[in-house]
Amino acid sequence: MWQIEAEHITQQFNRRIIFRDISFRVSSGESLVLTGHNGSGKTTLVRIICQLIRPYRGQVRFLRDNRAIPNERIYPHIGLVGPYLQLYNNLTALENYTFFARIRGLPVDVSLFRRWMERLGLKGREMDELRTYSSGMLQRVKYVMALFHQPDILILDEPTSNLDEEGTATVYEIMQEQKKEKILILATNEPQEIRFGDREVHLAG
Amino acid sequence: MLGKAYIVFLKDLHLEFRTRYAMNAILMFAITTLTAISFSLGPVRLRSEILAPLLWIILFFSAMSGLSHIFVREEEQQTADTLRLVTTPNTVFLGKWFFNVLLLFALELIIIPLFFAMMNLSVESVGLFFLFLVLGSIGLASVSTLIAAIISQASARGALFAVLSFPIALPILISAIHGTRLSMDGTTFSNCISDLQVLFSFSVVIITLSLILFEFIWRK
Repeated sequence: MWQIEAEHITQQFNRRIIFRDISFRVSSGESLVLTGHNGSGKTTLVRIICQLIRPYRGQVRFLRDNRAIPNERIYPHIGLVGPYLQLYNNLTALENYTFFARIRGLPVDVSLFRRWMERLGLKGREMDELRTYSSGMLQRVKYVMALFHQPDILILDEPTSNLDEEGTATVYEIMQEQKKEKILILATNEPQEIRFGDREVHLAG
Repeated sequence: MLGKAYIVFLKDLHLEFRTRYAMNAILMFAITTLTAISFSLGPVRLRSEILAPLLWIILFFSAMSGLSHIFVREEEQQTADTLRLVTTPNTVFLGKWFFNVLLLFALELIIIPLFFAMMNLSVESVGLFFLFLVLGSIGLASVSTLIAAIISQASARGALFAVLSFPIALPILISAIHGTRLSMDGTTFSNCISDLQVLFSFSVVIITLSLILFEFIWRK
């Protein structure tokens, strides 16, 4: 049972306050949606939750069975998809997968990788360098890399950007599966996606 | 940690083989400089007091032209956050450090024979010459890797890299130049022990400091 507790998070850049005093709690089997107009700080909050940047004030705590997990040990449990998170374009999808599996300390399971590629509609493109992919395909392969290690916490920033109807449907399916037993956090303004959130944090900006 | 650092190193090596960006930049700088000096000197044979600094100036500025790429590439291609999410800062530092050491050694493998040929260089204490080259390169790669991590998040990267690296690399350059000069003229191990000690201890200090400080540089 995982829990994420965010307490009184305030972020500011160069004296400009992006958001202040944001608190929330989300547990396994729940989902949280972050909403707010462009520039309200959704991506900044996502990056703070993932420990990619430090907040100006406040803290994010991760608990597993009510025991705090040190922030540096949280990465193996997180899967993140966001527009600012890129993969290695000069490597093939399989080479990217091999690198991420090995660096996460997991065995390289090519059949598992192929299954994820097939599910995301990328069958047959495993050996192509990512620089030959379209933006929609790149978004799909980001899901492969974020999901193959079965993360306990899945964080999606603009989850369906660049995706066509079929890709969007697959992502909605993945979101539905994730929120059943694990934690799902979404940053979006799309009404169809907001409905996936059990709770909403609105950033007023 | 070393095993995962090796995985980061292999990934960078793989990317470098595919793009050849850093190797080409370093090699082009080194060969251009060496050729220009060689043509302007003609048949004149320089003394070791000139040749040793000349060799290290070429190596230092060649390193400055390409070694920062290891971190700049991650920031420019927006893969740095992806890397931050999958492994610890020290793993990243060690992987990148291995890569820069190897890149500098690869450069020397090409440049040193050319330097010998174009400058009519003769070295009396060959073993010591290569020992200085190896220790100096490790020191230079250590400084470069740390500074590359810092400047990769700044805007005027190119200028900053050399400006910040030079004062920190100065003790390495001074000892390496002095030791290389002595080895060219012919010397014993005991005569240049102080230079070797400086090179070795400076590299150890820089690598240790980097492992302590790198987390603060890597995590924004």
